[in-house]
Amino acid sequence: MGMMMDLAAFFDQAWVARLAILKGLGTTVAVSALAICLGTILGVGVGLALTYGARPLRWLTRGYTDFIRGTPVLVLVFASYYVLGTVGLDLPPFEAGVLALTVFCSSHVGEIVRGALQAIPAGQSESAKAIGLTFTQTFAYVLAPQALRQILPAWVNTAAEMVKASTLLSIIGVGELLLRIQELISRTFLSLDFYFFAGVLYFAVNYAIERFGRYVERRSALPT
Amino acid sequence: MGNTLNFAAVWRSFDLLLEGLALSLGLAFAGILIGCVIGLIVAFSLTAKAQLWRRPARLYVTIIRNTPILVLILFAYFALPELGLALSKTNSFILTLAIYSGAYLAEVFRAGLAAVPTGLHEAGLAIGLREGQIRNSVILPLMLRNVLPSLGSTFISLFKDTSLAAAIAIPELTFEARKINVESFRVVETWIVTCLLYVATCAALAALIRYAERRLAIPR
Repeated sequence: MGMMMDLAAFFDQAWVARLAILKGLGTTVAVSALAICLGTILGVGVGLALTYGARPLRWLTRGYTDFIRGTPVLVLVFASYYVLGTVGLDLPPFEAGVLALTVFCSSHVGEIVRGALQAIPAGQSESAKAIGLTFTQTFAYVLAPQALRQILPAWVNTAAEMVKASTLLSIIGVGELLLRIQELISRTFLSLDFYFFAGVLYFAVNYAIERFGRYVERRSALPT
Repeated sequence: MGNTLNFAAVWRSFDLLLEGLALSLGLAFAGILIGCVIGLIVAFSLTAKAQLWRRPARLYVTIIRNTPILVLILFAYFALPELGLALSKTNSFILTLAIYSGAYLAEVFRAGLAAVPTGLHEAGLAIGLREGQIRNSVILPLMLRNVLPSLGSTFISLFKDTSLAAAIAIPELTFEARKINVESFRVVETWIVTCLLYVATCAALAALIRYAERRLAIPR
Protein backbone atom coordinates (compact mmCIF):
# COMPACT_ATOMS: atom_id res chain seq x y z
CA MET A 1 0.00 0.00 0.00
CA GLY A 2 0.88 3.63 0.09
CA MET A 3 3.47 5.55 -1.83
CA MET A 4 4.51 3.01 -4.45
CA MET A 5 0.96 2.16 -5.44
CA ASP A 6 0.05 5.83 -5.57
CA LEU A 7 2.99 6.54 -7.78
CA ALA A 8 2.10 3.68 -10.11
CA ALA A 9 -1.48 4.97 -10.24
CA PHE A 10 -0.20 8.46 -11.04
CA PHE A 11 1.93 7.32 -13.98
CA ASP A 12 -0.95 5.20 -15.18
CA GLN A 13 -3.41 8.08 -15.08
CA ALA A 14 -0.91 10.55 -16.52
CA TRP A 15 -0.30 8.21 -19.47
CA VAL A 16 -4.02 7.70 -20.04
CA ALA A 17 -4.55 11.46 -20.02
CA ARG A 18 -1.41 12.31 -22.01
CA LEU A 19 -3.35 13.83 -24.91
CA ALA A 20 -5.44 16.06 -22.63
CA ILE A 21 -2.29 17.22 -20.84
CA LEU A 22 -0.50 17.93 -24.11
CA LYS A 23 -3.52 19.81 -25.43
CA GLY A 24 -3.57 21.85 -22.25
CA LEU A 25 0.13 22.61 -22.62
CA GLY A 26 -0.53 23.61 -26.23
CA THR A 27 -3.28 26.00 -25.14
CA THR A 28 -1.02 27.48 -22.46
CA VAL A 29 1.67 28.10 -25.07
CA ALA A 30 -0.86 29.50 -27.57
CA VAL A 31 -2.45 31.85 -25.03
CA SER A 32 0.93 33.06 -23.78
CA ALA A 33 2.39 33.48 -27.27
CA LEU A 34 -0.64 35.42 -28.52
CA ALA A 35 -0.66 37.66 -25.45
CA ILE A 36 3.07 38.31 -25.73
CA CYS A 37 2.94 39.14 -29.45
CA LEU A 38 -0.15 41.35 -29.32
CA GLY A 39 0.89 42.86 -25.99
CA THR A 40 4.33 43.72 -27.35
CA ILE A 41 2.92 45.48 -30.41
CA LEU A 42 0.51 47.47 -28.24
CA GLY A 43 3.16 47.99 -25.56
CA VAL A 44 5.73 49.47 -27.95
CA GLY A 45 3.07 51.96 -29.02
CA VAL A 46 2.32 52.75 -25.38
CA GLY A 47 6.02 53.17 -24.60
CA LEU A 48 6.54 55.52 -27.55
CA ALA A 49 3.48 57.55 -26.57
CA LEU A 50 4.73 57.77 -22.98
CA THR A 51 8.11 59.05 -24.12
CA TYR A 52 7.42 61.17 -27.20
CA GLY A 53 3.66 61.75 -27.17
CA ALA A 54 2.09 65.21 -26.96
CA ARG A 55 0.92 66.07 -23.45
CA PRO A 56 -2.73 64.87 -23.76
CA LEU A 57 -1.62 61.58 -25.33
CA ARG A 58 1.05 61.15 -22.66
CA TRP A 59 -1.48 61.69 -19.87
CA LEU A 60 -3.89 59.27 -21.50
CA THR A 61 -1.29 56.49 -21.79
CA ARG A 62 0.03 57.26 -18.30
CA GLY A 63 -3.52 56.81 -16.97
CA TYR A 64 -3.88 53.58 -18.95
CA THR A 65 -0.64 52.02 -17.69
CA ASP A 66 -1.17 53.12 -14.08
CA PHE A 67 -4.71 51.78 -14.11
CA ILE A 68 -3.70 48.42 -15.58
CA ARG A 69 -0.66 48.07 -13.33
CA GLY A 70 -2.76 48.89 -10.26
CA THR A 71 -5.28 46.16 -11.05
CA PRO A 72 -4.64 42.47 -10.33
CA VAL A 73 -4.46 40.29 -13.45
CA LEU A 74 -7.29 38.12 -12.16
CA VAL A 75 -9.55 41.18 -11.96
CA LEU A 76 -8.57 42.07 -15.54
CA VAL A 77 -9.46 38.53 -16.58
CA PHE A 78 -12.86 38.66 -14.88
CA ALA A 79 -13.56 42.16 -16.15
CA SER A 80 -12.70 41.20 -19.71
CA TYR A 81 -14.78 38.02 -19.49
CA TYR A 82 -17.89 39.46 -17.81
CA VAL A 83 -17.92 43.12 -18.83
CA LEU A 84 -17.42 42.80 -22.58
CA GLY A 85 -20.45 40.53 -22.78
CA THR A 86 -22.72 43.26 -21.47
CA VAL A 87 -21.60 45.77 -24.08
CA GLY A 88 -22.48 43.39 -26.88
CA LEU A 89 -19.01 41.93 -27.43
CA ASP A 90 -19.60 38.39 -26.24
CA LEU A 91 -16.12 36.91 -26.28
CA PRO A 92 -15.56 33.20 -25.54
CA PRO A 93 -13.24 32.52 -22.54
CA PHE A 94 -10.17 31.98 -24.73
CA GLU A 95 -10.46 35.33 -26.51
CA ALA A 96 -11.44 37.19 -23.35
CA GLY A 97 -8.44 35.69 -21.55
CA VAL A 98 -6.04 36.56 -24.35
CA LEU A 99 -7.41 40.11 -24.35
CA ALA A 100 -6.85 40.49 -20.58
CA LEU A 101 -3.29 39.13 -20.78
CA THR A 102 -2.55 41.31 -23.83
CA VAL A 103 -3.62 44.43 -21.96
CA PHE A 104 -1.56 43.36 -18.94
CA CYS A 105 1.46 42.63 -21.14
CA SER A 106 1.16 45.94 -22.99
CA SER A 107 1.39 48.00 -19.79
CA HIS A 108 4.54 46.12 -18.76
CA VAL A 109 6.17 46.39 -22.18
CA GLY A 110 5.17 50.07 -22.31
CA GLU A 111 7.05 50.78 -19.08
CA ILE A 112 10.07 48.76 -20.24
CA VAL A 113 10.24 50.67 -23.53
CA ARG A 114 9.81 54.05 -21.81
CA GLY A 115 12.47 53.19 -19.22
CA ALA A 116 14.95 52.09 -21.86
CA LEU A 117 14.41 55.14 -24.06
CA GLN A 118 14.70 57.55 -21.14
CA ALA A 119 17.87 55.87 -19.88
CA ILE A 120 19.74 56.88 -23.02
CA PRO A 121 21.86 59.96 -22.24
CA ALA A 122 20.47 63.17 -23.74
CA GLY A 123 23.86 63.75 -25.42
CA GLN A 124 23.00 61.00 -27.88
CA SER A 125 20.01 62.75 -29.42
CA GLU A 126 21.79 66.10 -29.17
CA SER A 127 24.76 64.75 -31.15
CA ALA A 128 22.36 63.24 -33.68
CA LYS A 129 20.69 66.61 -34.06
CA ALA A 130 24.09 68.29 -34.39
CA ILE A 131 25.07 66.09 -37.34
CA GLY A 132 21.74 66.89 -38.97
CA LEU A 133 19.69 63.70 -38.50
CA THR A 134 15.92 64.03 -38.56
CA PHE A 135 13.91 62.67 -35.61
CA THR A 136 13.04 59.50 -37.54
CA GLN A 137 16.68 58.92 -38.42
CA THR A 138 17.79 59.61 -34.84
CA PHE A 139 15.27 57.14 -33.56
CA ALA A 140 16.09 54.43 -36.08
CA TYR A 141 19.89 54.64 -36.03
CA VAL A 142 20.74 56.06 -32.60
CA LEU A 143 18.01 55.52 -30.02
CA ALA A 144 16.28 52.28 -30.98
CA PRO A 145 19.44 50.12 -31.20
CA GLN A 146 20.63 51.32 -27.79
CA ALA A 147 17.20 50.94 -26.19
CA LEU A 148 16.87 47.42 -27.58
CA ARG A 149 19.84 46.24 -25.52
CA GLN A 150 17.95 47.17 -22.36
CA ILE A 151 14.56 46.07 -23.59
CA LEU A 152 15.38 42.52 -24.69
CA PRO A 153 16.32 40.92 -21.33
CA ALA A 154 13.40 42.59 -19.52
CA TRP A 155 11.08 41.57 -22.34
CA VAL A 156 12.04 37.90 -21.98
CA ASN A 157 11.19 38.21 -18.27
CA THR A 158 7.78 39.56 -19.21
CA ALA A 159 7.28 36.50 -21.40
CA ALA A 160 7.84 34.26 -18.37
CA GLU A 161 5.36 36.41 -16.41
CA MET A 162 2.78 35.83 -19.15
CA VAL A 163 3.17 32.04 -18.99
CA LYS A 164 2.63 32.23 -15.23
CA ALA A 165 -0.34 34.59 -15.61
CA SER A 166 -1.93 32.28 -18.19
CA THR A 167 -2.79 29.90 -15.31
CA LEU A 168 -5.44 32.43 -14.21
CA LEU A 169 -7.45 31.67 -17.33
CA SER A 170 -8.30 28.29 -15.81
CA ILE A 171 -10.65 30.20 -13.49
CA ILE A 172 -12.84 31.38 -16.39
CA GLY A 173 -12.72 27.93 -17.96
CA VAL A 174 -10.05 28.15 -20.65
CA GLY A 175 -8.76 24.60 -21.17
CA GLU A 176 -5.12 25.38 -20.55
CA LEU A 177 -2.69 23.18 -18.67
CA LEU A 178 -3.82 23.97 -15.13
CA LEU A 179 -7.52 23.40 -15.91
CA ARG A 180 -6.72 20.08 -17.62
CA ILE A 181 -4.74 19.04 -14.55
CA GLN A 182 -7.60 20.07 -12.26
CA GLU A 183 -10.03 18.02 -14.34
CA LEU A 184 -7.68 15.07 -14.00
CA ILE A 185 -7.53 15.56 -10.24
CA SER A 186 -11.30 15.68 -9.89
CA ARG A 187 -11.43 12.35 -11.72
CA THR A 188 -8.50 10.56 -10.06
CA PHE A 189 -8.25 12.33 -6.65
CA LEU A 190 -4.44 12.28 -7.03
CA SER A 191 -4.15 15.94 -6.10
CA LEU A 192 -0.66 15.77 -4.58
CA ASP A 193 0.88 14.03 -7.59
CA PHE A 194 -0.85 16.05 -10.25
CA TYR A 195 -0.41 19.49 -8.70
CA PHE A 196 3.26 18.63 -8.24
CA PHE A 197 3.38 17.50 -11.87
CA ALA A 198 1.78 20.79 -12.99
CA GLY A 199 4.37 22.68 -10.97
CA VAL A 200 7.17 20.73 -12.64
CA LEU A 201 5.80 21.38 -16.15
CA TYR A 202 5.41 25.12 -15.54
CA PHE A 203 8.83 25.26 -13.92
CA ALA A 204 10.38 23.56 -16.95
CA VAL A 205 8.82 26.05 -19.37
CA ASN A 206 9.69 29.10 -17.27
CA TYR A 207 13.17 27.91 -16.40
CA ALA A 208 13.90 27.50 -20.11
CA ILE A 209 12.64 31.05 -20.71
CA GLU A 210 14.75 32.34 -17.79
CA ARG A 211 17.92 30.68 -19.14
CA PHE A 212 17.14 32.12 -22.56
CA GLY A 213 16.77 35.54 -20.91
CA ARG A 214 20.20 35.19 -19.30
CA TYR A 215 21.66 34.24 -22.68
CA VAL A 216 20.02 37.24 -24.37
CA GLU A 217 21.30 39.47 -21.57
CA ARG A 218 24.87 38.26 -22.10
CA ARG A 219 24.63 38.59 -25.86
CA SER A 220 23.07 42.04 -25.84
CA ALA A 221 25.37 43.53 -23.19
CA LEU A 222 27.78 46.15 -24.47
CA PRO A 223 31.27 44.68 -24.73
CA THR A 224 33.38 46.10 -21.94
CA MET B 1 -26.91 49.72 -26.21
CA GLY B 2 -29.44 51.68 -24.19
CA ASN B 3 -27.91 50.50 -20.93
CA THR B 4 -27.32 53.15 -18.34
CA LEU B 5 -24.94 52.71 -15.48
CA ASN B 6 -26.69 52.05 -12.19
CA PHE B 7 -24.43 51.80 -9.19
CA ALA B 8 -27.24 51.30 -6.64
CA ALA B 9 -26.69 47.54 -6.33
CA VAL B 10 -22.95 48.02 -5.89
CA TRP B 11 -23.40 50.75 -3.27
CA ARG B 12 -25.75 48.50 -1.32
CA SER B 13 -22.98 45.90 -1.12
CA PHE B 14 -20.18 48.41 -0.80
CA ASP B 15 -19.52 47.36 2.80
CA LEU B 16 -18.82 43.84 1.57
CA LEU B 17 -16.28 45.19 -0.90
CA LEU B 18 -14.59 47.22 1.82
CA GLU B 19 -14.48 44.21 4.14
CA GLY B 20 -12.97 42.24 1.26
CA LEU B 21 -10.41 44.99 0.70
CA ALA B 22 -9.47 44.96 4.39
CA LEU B 23 -9.03 41.20 4.26
CA SER B 24 -6.88 41.52 1.11
CA LEU B 25 -4.62 44.02 2.85
CA GLY B 26 -4.47 41.84 5.96
CA LEU B 27 -3.50 38.76 3.92
CA ALA B 28 -0.81 40.69 2.05
CA PHE B 29 0.54 42.15 5.28
CA ALA B 30 0.68 38.80 7.08
CA GLY B 31 2.26 37.25 3.99
CA ILE B 32 5.00 39.82 3.61
CA LEU B 33 5.78 39.83 7.34
CA ILE B 34 6.62 36.12 7.31
CA GLY B 35 8.06 36.53 3.81
CA CYS B 36 10.54 39.11 5.15
CA VAL B 37 11.83 36.64 7.74
CA ILE B 38 12.21 33.93 5.07
CA GLY B 39 13.75 36.45 2.66
CA LEU B 40 16.31 37.64 5.20
CA ILE B 41 17.43 34.13 6.10
CA VAL B 42 17.65 33.15 2.44
CA ALA B 43 19.46 36.37 1.51
CA PHE B 44 22.13 35.71 4.15
CA SER B 45 22.38 32.14 2.87
CA LEU B 46 22.74 33.37 -0.72
CA THR B 47 25.66 35.57 0.31
CA ALA B 48 27.24 32.94 2.59
CA LYS B 49 30.69 31.61 1.80
CA ALA B 50 29.75 27.96 2.21
CA GLN B 51 28.22 26.13 -0.78
CA LEU B 52 26.17 24.15 1.73
CA TRP B 53 24.13 27.33 2.43
CA ARG B 54 24.21 28.87 -1.03
CA ARG B 55 23.01 25.86 -3.03
CA PRO B 56 19.65 25.20 -1.28
CA ALA B 57 18.92 28.93 -1.06
CA ARG B 58 19.51 29.37 -4.80
CA LEU B 59 17.38 26.30 -5.54
CA TYR B 60 14.48 27.67 -3.47
CA VAL B 61 14.58 31.04 -5.19
CA THR B 62 14.77 29.51 -8.67
CA ILE B 63 11.92 27.08 -8.10
CA ILE B 64 9.52 29.57 -6.55
CA ARG B 65 10.20 32.31 -9.07
CA ASN B 66 9.53 29.98 -11.99
CA THR B 67 6.29 28.45 -10.70
CA PRO B 68 2.94 30.22 -11.15
CA ILE B 69 1.58 31.42 -7.82
CA LEU B 70 -1.85 29.94 -8.56
CA VAL B 71 -0.27 26.47 -8.76
CA LEU B 72 1.46 27.11 -5.42
CA ILE B 73 -1.82 28.23 -3.82
CA LEU B 74 -3.74 25.20 -5.06
CA PHE B 75 -0.88 22.89 -4.08
CA ALA B 76 -0.78 24.31 -0.55
CA TYR B 77 -4.53 24.07 -0.09
CA PHE B 78 -5.42 20.82 -1.87
CA ALA B 79 -2.23 18.74 -1.93
CA LEU B 80 -0.49 19.48 1.38
CA PRO B 81 -3.28 17.83 3.46
CA GLU B 82 -2.29 14.57 1.74
CA LEU B 83 1.13 14.99 3.31
CA GLY B 84 -0.53 15.44 6.68
CA LEU B 85 -0.34 19.25 6.72
CA ALA B 86 -3.98 20.35 6.71
CA LEU B 87 -4.24 24.12 7.12
CA SER B 88 -7.29 26.34 7.01
CA LYS B 89 -7.91 28.27 3.77
CA THR B 90 -6.57 31.50 5.20
CA ASN B 91 -3.53 29.92 6.81
CA SER B 92 -2.57 27.96 3.74
CA PHE B 93 -2.94 31.11 1.62
CA ILE B 94 -0.81 33.20 3.98
CA LEU B 95 1.80 30.44 4.02
CA THR B 96 1.84 30.42 0.21
CA LEU B 97 2.17 34.19 0.03
CA ALA B 98 5.00 34.07 2.58
CA ILE B 99 6.93 31.39 0.70
CA TYR B 100 6.26 33.10 -2.64
CA SER B 101 7.27 36.59 -1.51
CA GLY B 102 10.22 35.13 0.43
CA ALA B 103 11.86 34.13 -2.85
CA TYR B 104 11.44 37.61 -4.36
CA LEU B 105 12.46 39.35 -1.14
CA ALA B 106 15.57 37.18 -0.88
CA GLU B 107 16.78 38.70 -4.16
CA VAL B 108 15.80 42.18 -2.97
CA PHE B 109 17.68 41.76 0.32
CA ARG B 110 20.67 40.18 -1.42
CA ALA B 111 20.99 43.24 -3.63
CA GLY B 112 20.56 45.44 -0.54
CA LEU B 113 23.32 43.59 1.30
CA ALA B 114 25.63 43.92 -1.68
CA ALA B 115 25.03 47.68 -1.69
CA VAL B 116 26.30 48.11 1.89
CA PRO B 117 29.99 49.09 1.64
CA THR B 118 32.36 46.42 3.02
CA GLY B 119 34.24 49.17 4.87
CA LEU B 120 31.40 49.31 7.40
CA HIS B 121 31.92 45.66 8.26
CA GLU B 122 35.61 46.30 8.75
CA ALA B 123 34.88 49.42 10.79
CA GLY B 124 32.62 47.33 13.02
CA LEU B 125 35.40 44.80 13.55
CA ALA B 126 37.82 47.62 14.30
CA ILE B 127 35.70 48.99 17.14
CA GLY B 128 35.43 45.49 18.58
CA LEU B 129 31.91 44.39 17.60
CA ARG B 130 31.18 40.70 17.19
CA GLU B 131 29.94 39.35 13.81
CA GLY B 132 26.36 39.10 15.09
CA GLN B 133 26.44 42.63 16.44
CA ILE B 134 27.79 44.00 13.16
CA ARG B 135 25.06 42.19 11.25
CA ASN B 136 22.23 43.35 13.50
CA SER B 137 23.20 46.90 14.32
CA VAL B 138 25.29 47.99 11.33
CA ILE B 139 24.47 46.03 8.19
CA LEU B 140 20.76 45.30 8.66
CA PRO B 141 19.55 48.86 9.39
CA LEU B 142 21.44 50.23 6.39
CA MET B 143 20.29 47.39 4.17
CA LEU B 144 16.64 47.95 5.15
CA ARG B 145 16.87 51.61 4.19
CA ASN B 146 18.44 50.67 0.87
CA VAL B 147 15.76 48.15 -0.04
CA LEU B 148 12.70 50.15 1.03
CA PRO B 149 11.59 51.02 -2.54
CA SER B 150 11.86 47.40 -3.76
CA LEU B 151 10.27 46.12 -0.56
CA GLY B 152 7.39 48.50 -1.19
CA SER B 153 6.82 47.40 -4.77
CA THR B 154 6.98 43.75 -3.68
CA PHE B 155 4.27 44.51 -1.12
CA ILE B 156 2.09 46.21 -3.73
CA SER B 157 2.38 43.30 -6.13
CA LEU B 158 1.70 40.89 -3.26
CA PHE B 159 -1.42 42.88 -2.44
CA LYS B 160 -2.56 42.43 -6.03
CA ASP B 161 -1.78 38.70 -5.81
CA THR B 162 -4.22 38.36 -2.90
CA SER B 163 -6.94 38.46 -5.57
CA LEU B 164 -5.99 34.82 -6.25
CA ALA B 165 -7.40 33.89 -2.85
CA ALA B 166 -10.74 34.04 -4.66
CA ALA B 167 -9.71 30.76 -6.31
CA ILE B 168 -9.96 28.95 -2.97
CA ALA B 169 -13.04 30.95 -1.91
CA ILE B 170 -11.46 33.27 0.65
CA PRO B 171 -13.86 36.25 0.84
CA GLU B 172 -11.38 38.96 -0.18
CA LEU B 173 -12.10 41.82 -2.59
CA THR B 174 -12.17 39.89 -5.88
CA PHE B 175 -14.29 37.13 -4.36
CA GLU B 176 -16.84 39.63 -3.06
CA ALA B 177 -16.85 41.44 -6.41
CA ARG B 178 -17.55 38.22 -8.24
CA LYS B 179 -20.38 37.44 -5.82
CA ILE B 180 -21.97 40.87 -6.30
CA ASN B 181 -21.51 40.46 -10.05
CA VAL B 182 -23.38 37.16 -10.07
CA GLU B 183 -26.12 38.29 -7.67
CA SER B 184 -26.89 41.71 -9.11
CA PHE B 185 -25.94 41.30 -12.79
CA ARG B 186 -24.58 44.85 -12.53
CA VAL B 187 -21.46 43.60 -14.28
CA VAL B 188 -19.87 46.80 -15.57
CA GLU B 189 -20.52 48.75 -12.38
CA THR B 190 -19.16 45.99 -10.13
CA TRP B 191 -15.87 45.67 -12.00
CA ILE B 192 -15.39 49.42 -12.42
CA VAL B 193 -15.74 49.90 -8.66
CA THR B 194 -13.50 46.91 -7.91
CA CYS B 195 -10.78 48.08 -10.30
CA LEU B 196 -10.91 51.56 -8.82
CA LEU B 197 -10.65 50.18 -5.28
CA TYR B 198 -7.54 48.22 -6.26
CA VAL B 199 -5.98 51.10 -8.16
CA ALA B 200 -6.70 53.58 -5.35
CA THR B 201 -5.26 51.25 -2.70
CA CYS B 202 -2.13 50.63 -4.78
CA ALA B 203 -1.71 54.39 -5.28
CA ALA B 204 -2.18 55.03 -1.55
CA LEU B 205 0.35 52.31 -0.68
CA ALA B 206 2.83 53.75 -3.18
CA ALA B 207 2.41 57.23 -1.63
CA LEU B 208 2.89 55.78 1.85
CA ILE B 209 6.09 54.04 0.77
CA ARG B 210 7.44 57.21 -0.84
CA TYR B 211 6.73 59.05 2.43
CA ALA B 212 8.54 56.39 4.45
CA GLU B 213 11.45 56.55 2.02
CA ARG B 214 11.77 60.30 2.53
CA ARG B 215 11.58 59.96 6.31
CA LEU B 216 14.12 57.15 6.46
CA ALA B 217 16.48 58.42 3.76
CA ILE B 218 20.11 58.24 4.82
CA PRO B 219 21.13 61.89 5.40
CA ARG B 220 23.91 62.97 3.08
